[in-house]
Amino acid sequence: MTLSEYKYNDIIHRCFRCGYCKFPTDWDDVTNCPSYARYRMESFSSGGRLWLIRAWVNGDIQWSEHLTKIIYSCTSCKNCVEKCPHTFSDDLVNMVVAAKTELIKIGKIPKPVKDFLENTQLYGNPYGISAKKRADWMEDLDIPAYNGHDYLYYVGCDGSFDPRAQKAARATARLLMSAGVSFGILGTDEISDGNEVDMLGEDGLLEYLAQKNIQKFSKLGVKNIITLSPHSYNVFKNKYPDFGGQYQVYHYTQILAGLIKNGKLKVPDTSGISITFHDPCFLGRWNKEYDAPRKIIQSFKGMTFNEMARNRKGALCCGGGAGNFYTDFLGGSDESPARIRIREAVDTRADVLAVACPNCLMMLEDAAASEGSEIIVKDISEIFFPE
Amino acid sequence: MSSILNKLIAVVGEDYASNRQEELFTYSKDLGTAPPQWPEYVVAPKTDKEIQKIVLLANEEKVPIVPLGGGMTLAGLALPLKGGIIIDLKRLDKIIEVNPESRYMVVEAGISNGKVTAHLHNHYPRLMHSEPGAPPAATIGGNLAIHGQGDLAHPYGFNSDMVNGMEVILPTGEMIQLGSCAVGSGWYSMQPLPDLKFFSGWNGTTGIITKVSLKLFPNKKFRDNDLFVVENEELVPEILYELTHLGMTEDLISSSAAIPPLMNKLHHISINIAGDYEEEIEFKRHMVFDVALSKFIRSGTGGIGNLAGEWPRPQVSKSSDWKKGGGFEYVGAIIPVSLYPECYRQGARISEQHDIPYTILGRVIGCSHAMMFSWSYAFNRADEETVKHARQALHETDDLVMNLNGTIWKPAVYGQRLMMDRMNKNTLELMGKIKTLLDPNGIMNPGNWEVNR
Ligand SMILES: Cc1cc2nc3c(=O)[nH]c(=O)nc-3n(C[C@H](O)[C@H](O)[C@H](O)COP(=O)(O)OP(=O)(O)OC[C@H]3O[C@@H](n4cnc5c(N)ncnc54)[C@H](O)[C@@H]3O)c2cc1C
Repeated sequence: MTLSEYKYNDIIHRCFRCGYCKFPTDWDDVTNCPSYARYRMESFSSGGRLWLIRAWVNGDIQWSEHLTKIIYSCTSCKNCVEKCPHTFSDDLVNMVVAAKTELIKIGKIPKPVKDFLENTQLYGNPYGISAKKRADWMEDLDIPAYNGHDYLYYVGCDGSFDPRAQKAARATARLLMSAGVSFGILGTDEISDGNEVDMLGEDGLLEYLAQKNIQKFSKLGVKNIITLSPHSYNVFKNKYPDFGGQYQVYHYTQILAGLIKNGKLKVPDTSGISITFHDPCFLGRWNKEYDAPRKIIQSFKGMTFNEMARNRKGALCCGGGAGNFYTDFLGGSDESPARIRIREAVDTRADVLAVACPNCLMMLEDAAASEGSEIIVKDISEIFFPE
Repeated sequence: MSSILNKLIAVVGEDYASNRQEELFTYSKDLGTAPPQWPEYVVAPKTDKEIQKIVLLANEEKVPIVPLGGGMTLAGLALPLKGGIIIDLKRLDKIIEVNPESRYMVVEAGISNGKVTAHLHNHYPRLMHSEPGAPPAATIGGNLAIHGQGDLAHPYGFNSDMVNGMEVILPTGEMIQLGSCAVGSGWYSMQPLPDLKFFSGWNGTTGIITKVSLKLFPNKKFRDNDLFVVENEELVPEILYELTHLGMTEDLISSSAAIPPLMNKLHHISINIAGDYEEEIEFKRHMVFDVALSKFIRSGTGGIGNLAGEWPRPQVSKSSDWKKGGGFEYVGAIIPVSLYPECYRQGARISEQHDIPYTILGRVIGCSHAMMFSWSYAFNRADEETVKHARQALHETDDLVMNLNGTIWKPAVYGQRLMMDRMNKNTLELMGKIKTLLDPNGIMNPGNWEVNR
C-alpha cells in the first residue's frame, strides 16, 4: 500500500539517520530520545522511526501492531528538533504526528490510543470520567465560575481528574487567590484543550475541541488564560490562533514569577531542602520558557538548587507526552524515561524534584515509587505549602 | 516463535531481541548506498557475559553474527551480508575508569564518542581523546574496528595507535585481554607483551571488542580554529609539510567543496591551535602565520581565511542533504600527503561526471606520515538514479585509489576485493589462516574480508 496523501512525502527521505537527535545539548549520552532510551533499538530512535514511516508510506513494509507502537511511542518531546543539524528539523515531530493521522484514517491504532480518543470525544477527557465530576478537584476551595475576571484559570484534564495532579491544581489556585489575582474557572463546563489529541494525530477532534472551547471563551469574553499544564499552554498559544482563537496565554509559573517579583506572593522557606527541577517539554523545548520556573525556585528562602545533568533544552522528557502518560508505551522497565530521570534527580542529591506540569508530576511520582527512591516529587506550586 | 529468538530473549530479555519486520528492516540498511541486507534477528546485549552467550549460541546454530556500533561507516560494513544476528553494542556503554595521572580511560566499547567527550569535558576538562569527525553516535569500538582517526591524528596518529589495552570476545566465545591488563597490571600500556592485535581494521571479523583503554591527551584551556586558503592545490602538501615541521598545531585538515561557493576550487586548510595561556596561543599563531606560512602569504599564493574561529564540532552530515535527499557516502583512502593534488583533481572530475557537487577532504596523520583523503558523494535517497550514480562514483574512486597507489580505508566489499587482489599473496594467506583459526565456523561478519571467496 502506498499512502500518497501522507503530508511529508516530499521530505521524509531527507533524514540521514546520523543520530544527532539522540543526544542532549552537551552530547552527554545517546539516550535523550525517550523512546530510544527505553528500547535501545534503532527502530525506536527518531531517525529509525522516520525511516520506518517512509517504508510504510511507500509500501515497503506492512502495517503491524509493532509499527503502531513504535510510532506512538514518540512523545513529541522535540529533542530531535533541537539537535538535528538539518534545515527540515522543525518538521521532525510533525512527520511522526502526520503518520499517526494516517493510522487514524485507516482505523488501525493501538487500543489505548483508541480509548484515549474515544473518551476525549465522549467525555471531554481521556479518563472517561463524567464531566459532572470535572470540578471536584476544588474540594473546599471557593473559586468562582469565570465571569469577566482578569484571567481564566484553565485546569486541564489531568489537574481536574488525576488525584495527584488535583493537588497541584489546588495549590496553584490557592496561590493565585492569596496574591489577589482576579480569576475564575469553567468548572464542569471545562473540556479537553486538545493538545494530546493533536499529538496523537487526531486533527479532526482537535478542531472540534478547539472550536467548542473558542465558542465558550468568546461567549464569556475570555482574553487572558492561565494554564496549569504546559500542554494546554502550548495548544492555546500555538494552535488555537489557527482556529480563530487569539488569547494572551500564560503558564502559571510565568504568573507566579511575576507575582513574586512584585512582592505579591510570600515565598516559602526551604532552608535545609535541596531542590532540582525537571523541564517540561511543552514549556521548555516547545515554548522556550526555561527561566520562569527557575526564578520561582531561586526566590525561595534558604533554597539550595542544583540542576540535573540534562536540563533546559537538553532535558530528558519524562516519557508522558503525546498521551503516553495514559497509553504507556514507554513504561514497564527500569529504562523507562521517567525512572532514568528520577535517577538523575537523585544524583543531584536533591530532596525535592520540582516539576511544573501535571503530566510530569504523575509520571515522575510513579517512577520514584518504582525506583524505591525517597526523593519527593512536587509541583512548584506545592512547595509553597509545606506539609 | 523461533527457537533462536527464544534463546536470545533468554539472554537479553524480551525488549532487546527481535525478529519483527520493523527491527529487521531498520537494521537491513545503513546510511550509505549499500542495498539492504536483511538480518534474521537483532539483539542488543547489555553486558559482555550476554555477548559471550550470544556468540556461543551462534556457533551452536552456525548462524552469522554482525557486531554493530553506531553504524556510521556508511560503507555497509555492519550490514548482514549473509543474514544472521545483528548485535547492536550500544548498550555496552559504561565508563569503567578514568586515570588522569596516567592519562587513560577504560570504557565499554559500545560507548559513543559523544559520551566520552562530554564525560571528559564535565569531569576532566584537562583531558581529551581523539574524536573522529563522525556524528557523535559513532562508537569507540566501531571506530577501532576500522582504524579510524580523530582530531588528534596529526600529533598522535591513528586512533588504533591510541589504545592501552583491549578486552575482546573471540568468535568462539572466549574472552581475551591485550596489553598490561592481560597480566592484571592495570590498563596503562599495550606494550611490551608480544603483539596480538588482530582486531583493528578487521571489521569485526575476528572478534567483538568489549572494553578499551583509550589514551587521553592534554586538553588545553584555549583552542581556536584558523583557516589558511590557497587556490593552487599543488601547494597543499608543502604547506602541510611546513606546519608539521613546526609541530605546534593539533588537527590539520585541507578541504575543498563545490558547496558552499566560498569553498569552490579553493583549498581551506583548517589549523587547530591549542594552548593553556592566551600568550601561548598568540605565539603559536605567530609561528604558524608569520613564520611557517609567511612565504605563501608574501608571494600572494595563500591567505588567511579566518582567525580564532570556533573549534568545529562534527557537522559533516549536513552534506547528506545537498541533493535534498538524506544521503552521502565517501571513499576514504590512506595516501601519502604528496598525492593530495591529484586526488583532488580526479575527485572533482568523477563528481562532475556523476553530477554530484564535489566534496573532498584530507586529514594529516602523524607528522605528515600519511593522510586520510575522502571523496564524498551525495545522493537523494528517494531517487534511485542518484543512488546509482553515487555508487558508481564510489567504485570509480576505489579504482582510482588503487591506480594512484593509495590504500582504501574502511573499504566496502568492492574495495576490499580490489585490495585483496593486489595484496601480497603470503599476507593474504596469513589473513585467511588467522580468520580460520579464530573463527572456525565462519560466523563473524561473513562477507567482509573474505579471503577464500
Ligand atoms: C559525516 C561522517 C564523518 C565521519 N568522519 C570520520 C572521521 O573523521 N574519522 C573516522 O575515523 N571516521 C569517520 N567517519 C566514519 C565512521 O563514522 C567512524 O569511523 C565511526 O567511528 C565508526 O564507528 P561506528 O560505531 O559507527 O562503527 P559501525 O559502523 O557500527 O561499525 C564499523 C565496523 O566495525 C564493526 N564493529 C563495530 N563495533 C565493533 C566492536 N565493538 N568490535 C568489533 N567490531 C565492531 C562492524 O561490524 C563494522 O564492520 C565519519 C562518518 C560520517 C558519517
